[in-house]
Amino acid sequence: MINGNLKASYADDERVLDNSYKKAFVYGMMVVLAGFAAFANDYLILVACQMGIMLIAVVGLNVVIGYTGLMSLGHAAFIAVGAYGVTILHNLGAGTVPDAVMPFIAVPVAVAISALIGIVVGLPSLRVKGLYLAVATLAANFIVIFVIEQDLFAPWTGGMTGIETPAPNLAGWVLDDKREMFVLIAVFAFATILTVQNLFRTRVGRAFIAIRDRDYSAEILGISLLRFKLTSFAISAAFCGLAGALLAYFYASILPEQFELALSLQLVAALIVGGMGRTMGPVFGVIVIVMVPEVIKVVFGAVSGGDPSVAQLRAPLQEMAFGFLIIFFLMFEPLGIVHITDRILRALNRWPFARG
Amino acid sequence: MLKIEDLHLSFGGIKALQGISFEAQAGEITGVIGPNGAGKTSLFNAISGFYQPDRGRVWFDGRDITGMAPDRRAALGIARTFQNIALFRGMTVLDNIKLGGHTRLKTGLWGALRYFGPAQREELEFRRDIEERVIDFLEIDHIRKVPITALPYGLQKRVELGRALAMRPQVLLLDEPVAGMNREETADMARFILDVQERFGTTILLVEHDMHMVMDICAHIVVLNFGQQIAEGSPQEVSQNPAVIEAYLGAAA
Ligand SMILES: Nc1ncnc2c1ncn2[C@@H]1O[C@H](COP(=O)(O)OP(=O)(O)OP(=O)(O)O)[C@@H](O)[C@H]1O
Ligand SMILES: [Mg+2]
Repeated sequence: MINGNLKASYADDERVLDNSYKKAFVYGMMVVLAGFAAFANDYLILVACQMGIMLIAVVGLNVVIGYTGLMSLGHAAFIAVGAYGVTILHNLGAGTVPDAVMPFIAVPVAVAISALIGIVVGLPSLRVKGLYLAVATLAANFIVIFVIEQDLFAPWTGGMTGIETPAPNLAGWVLDDKREMFVLIAVFAFATILTVQNLFRTRVGRAFIAIRDRDYSAEILGISLLRFKLTSFAISAAFCGLAGALLAYFYASILPEQFELALSLQLVAALIVGGMGRTMGPVFGVIVIVMVPEVIKVVFGAVSGGDPSVAQLRAPLQEMAFGFLIIFFLMFEPLGIVHITDRILRALNRWPFARG
Repeated sequence: MLKIEDLHLSFGGIKALQGISFEAQAGEITGVIGPNGAGKTSLFNAISGFYQPDRGRVWFDGRDITGMAPDRRAALGIARTFQNIALFRGMTVLDNIKLGGHTRLKTGLWGALRYFGPAQREELEFRRDIEERVIDFLEIDHIRKVPITALPYGLQKRVELGRALAMRPQVLLLDEPVAGMNREETADMARFILDVQERFGTTILLVEHDMHMVMDICAHIVVLNFGQQIAEGSPQEVSQNPAVIEAYLGAAA
């Protein structure tokens, strides 16, 4: 038990930040991020933006895999739907809808479309589990990319060669600078984590966890598997759609191959490394998954000293590091980094003697 | 309240239920007894909707629920506990009991994502309600935040009853609630079951091998043997019924 965790009312007992460590951490993070936005160099801002976008997607994926216990290897498809959705809506609305209003329409619509497609992709979860569900969602990923690449839709999607994306204009504030995008992404990332956290304070989130842990008990308690499995898919697809929308705004253009299986696998890997079904799991996981290739890039730059024969080893090495990371966690820390931080916090809390 | 009509159920060649018919009267405790493999748990599974009977009907409050899915039956007010405890083992006692409130709570997806406002009000109201009506009532306030895995078997059974009570059920199906308990734990559980009936007027269906307890607290008893209903009546009538004596002696021999 955490020190000083005695509560005077049920309301206190139901808070998300239910102890002083968590409060200090969250408020501290806000200050750090504000400072980061003001002072970090362009390279760090770029990396942080990538992390923020990926974080939103992984938090979404955590709802379906970590909390509802349904496997998915197709969530990159929803990021694609969000990214292409926003881009296409901007292009369609150009001229009729004022630029300053466009994102307020395009983002919600793209997110809603992602959620709807999420429900369709989630349908197999009513019949199959585990490996079979993984393959079914994987197929969905292929289908979405296949559709985007078709010449038939190329006038809207740009087909195989990709498409230029718009810069958002939020009621007059044009975010054409990466630093401004970082602010937007950070706000959305925070909001995403808090919103998802809220779910688990109510019957909706509890129903997900019940389905994950023992589905027949869930049914006996009146939880409709049909309704809540699909709800779970819809929510998680919606957040991936949001990540996609931000991604479209962040990059100058998008390509279909960005959203293939490799991205879906990256999302799952982040969840495995960070810890499934936990609030901080996606945060830790995304930091590691985005940082590792960057660190390798920097180290290689220094070691190779511009020698191209050494530099060409970088890409395969990055892939291998990625693979080793996953194998390492699956073997030695299957509950992810949160399990390590849990132990550290517990030890700190007992120090200098066990009071808990 | 709960009416079973000519229920038949088989698994391949095994005839688990062969023409079961009885009625559990509102507000009464009805016992279902019989030797191992008699079909008691199968009967519960047919009532709660896990198994579709081959023939026969299940009526709840005058309504035919035979084809209804388990979660819809729960929403109508049928709660149950399992012979082999089906709690969520990684969760705390409180979280398990909260899950019992699912069908009574109204918060939808939008409310849940926002939390503050109606969802929070409902959650706090619900928390107060289960604290009083379930946790205090079952005397488990000292273990609220304890994970199920850390609890002794007897307490786990009590928590499972608590989760069922959080549903505010009209009909409660208890499958061997005191199996494996010592005398004191059994007496406690019997008292809780009687209290539930008295305080909330719940209709209870009780499967139990502990004959003392069944004879003590049931108003009406149904006896099954090899899937057949061999007797039905008051505890007195049933205990003097030759077929029942035969079944039990036969099973013991
Ligand atoms: N899912 C199943 N598949 C096949 N046979 C089953 C299944 N469930 C029950 N049976 C069989 O149906 C018969 C009745 O079983 P049931 O579990 O209903 O008995 P019970 O009266 O609850 O016994 P106990 O007192 O041991 O709990 C048994 O022969 C059992 O083997
Ligand atoms: Mg049984």
